[in-house]
Amino acid sequence: MSQEIAILGAGMHPWGKWGHNFVQYGVAAAREALADAEVPWQDVQFVSGAATMRCGYPGYVAGATFAQALGWQGAEVNTSYAACASGSQALAAARTKILSGACDVALVIGADTTPKGFLAPAKGYRPDDPDWVRFHLGITNPAYFALYARRRMDVYGDTLEDFAAVKVKNAATGSKNPRARYKKCFTAEDVAASAMVADPLRLMDICATSDGGAALIVSSVEYAKRMGKGDAPRVAAISTVTPKFASEIVEMPDIATDSAAAAGVDSHRFRASLPVKAYEEAGIGPEDVDVAEVYDLSTALELDWMEDLQLCQRGEAASLLRAGDTQIGGRIPVNPSGGLACFGEAVPAQALAQVCELTWQLRGQSGDRQVEGAKVGITANQGLFGHGSSVIIKR
Amino acid sequence: MSQKTQTAAIEGWYTMDTDKPALIGSQCAGCGTYFFPKQDQYCKNPVCDSSEFSDVELSRTGKIWSYTNNCYQPPEPYVSPDPFKPYAIAAVELEKEQMTILGQVVEGVDVDQLKVGMEVELVLETLYQDEEADKVIWKWKPVA
Repeated sequence: MSQEIAILGAGMHPWGKWGHNFVQYGVAAAREALADAEVPWQDVQFVSGAATMRCGYPGYVAGATFAQALGWQGAEVNTSYAACASGSQALAAARTKILSGACDVALVIGADTTPKGFLAPAKGYRPDDPDWVRFHLGITNPAYFALYARRRMDVYGDTLEDFAAVKVKNAATGSKNPRARYKKCFTAEDVAASAMVADPLRLMDICATSDGGAALIVSSVEYAKRMGKGDAPRVAAISTVTPKFASEIVEMPDIATDSAAAAGVDSHRFRASLPVKAYEEAGIGPEDVDVAEVYDLSTALELDWMEDLQLCQRGEAASLLRAGDTQIGGRIPVNPSGGLACFGEAVPAQALAQVCELTWQLRGQSGDRQVEGAKVGITANQGLFGHGSSVIIKR
Repeated sequence: MSQKTQTAAIEGWYTMDTDKPALIGSQCAGCGTYFFPKQDQYCKNPVCDSSEFSDVELSRTGKIWSYTNNCYQPPEPYVSPDPFKPYAIAAVELEKEQMTILGQVVEGVDVDQLKVGMEVELVLETLYQDEEADKVIWKWKPVA
């Protein structure tokens, strides 16, 4: 219990593509979270921002930028950058400050927007830059996701229909989510008819990038109880572990794994390591999980995540999907928000959006997307350069 | 058939032996870990603090860990022919080095001819051509 903090408020600007200033989306999310928490902005003592990287200096100091936009009131600030796990690191910074007794209530916030113009890579011959190398060889982002997808097909017998079924499931629930960007109910035929991007992944198998903003108001449990919100959902665990040498799976933007040839060196799967620390910290196991929000950068990756979260044995995820276990009403719903399939990725906001969804689910506020009786939720996400996170929310 | 000279698209990363080319990695003198791309400053094995490395040629054959293709022209720095020609990509496990390395697959071999576990070997083939030369790169080719 002593490691928990309370989530008093959650807010999200809808995801979309408008090219507005990222601060606008963050402020909208923060105001919704503050109103939801019934905490005045003046009472927030710490602003923990997730950095926005493509919008210049204000994004690098996102915590301060949002504090200024909401109106300077002397709160302390922090800004975290951890690729797609930035929101989780910002949440971890707030949790640490609260648990240390240095503050009672914090705002955790992240937002992103489409950058103006086309970001051309720096020119020249740059073999020291792994990103330059892989693009020079013609290895794109979807190629990595496709390698993982193909391996599932050849090793586990997963099919294109299985991958399409992930999209269909997520689209069905996302169609009922007013915050989602894509609300069309895609059919398996729609997915099959979309263009092949990197075999076996088609256009509808791969997520987009979006504008969006998400925010949480978190507090100590004592503060929550004083407000009469002792039953608010709690953050029970945050994992932001880094990989262990040697890597087993080749990850973007690298063109090779580590070598595990040296004596005493084993290969490790990074994604699978992310929830381990979270389960230990929360004192639960995968059998206790009622609902999960995972980073479906591709449809097939949702199946990998289910196994990485130990919701089933390695290789079994597609059979759970086929049995309906992972849709709302099933045994272990995955991505009741609609996932990245319906949102697209807004890097600094995405990990927080996962926590927002679990907060509403655990409060019973998800309407016709409600996972009945949800008491324990888990998130999983991964970014470049050894960043990733898994957060457990309990009620 | 190109009349141009062949030069490496990326200098020093592979031998230019057209018969049996090999990737050039480095090996840590302290712990024996292999690195590709080469590492020459500090060993990345967390229990090793060596800064000494020697160049080594990596295994020329391996087994496919997975494969895909690319159906859309990538952005620069990929140099595309006009029109763009799709190509397959393979991730290949090298047994001795205990590592997986990506690369394009040779022209004319697409995903329907590949399988996880298939044995492939390293060859050199054109990545792109400019006015001066045929720029060659390592590619994976199924072993007959």
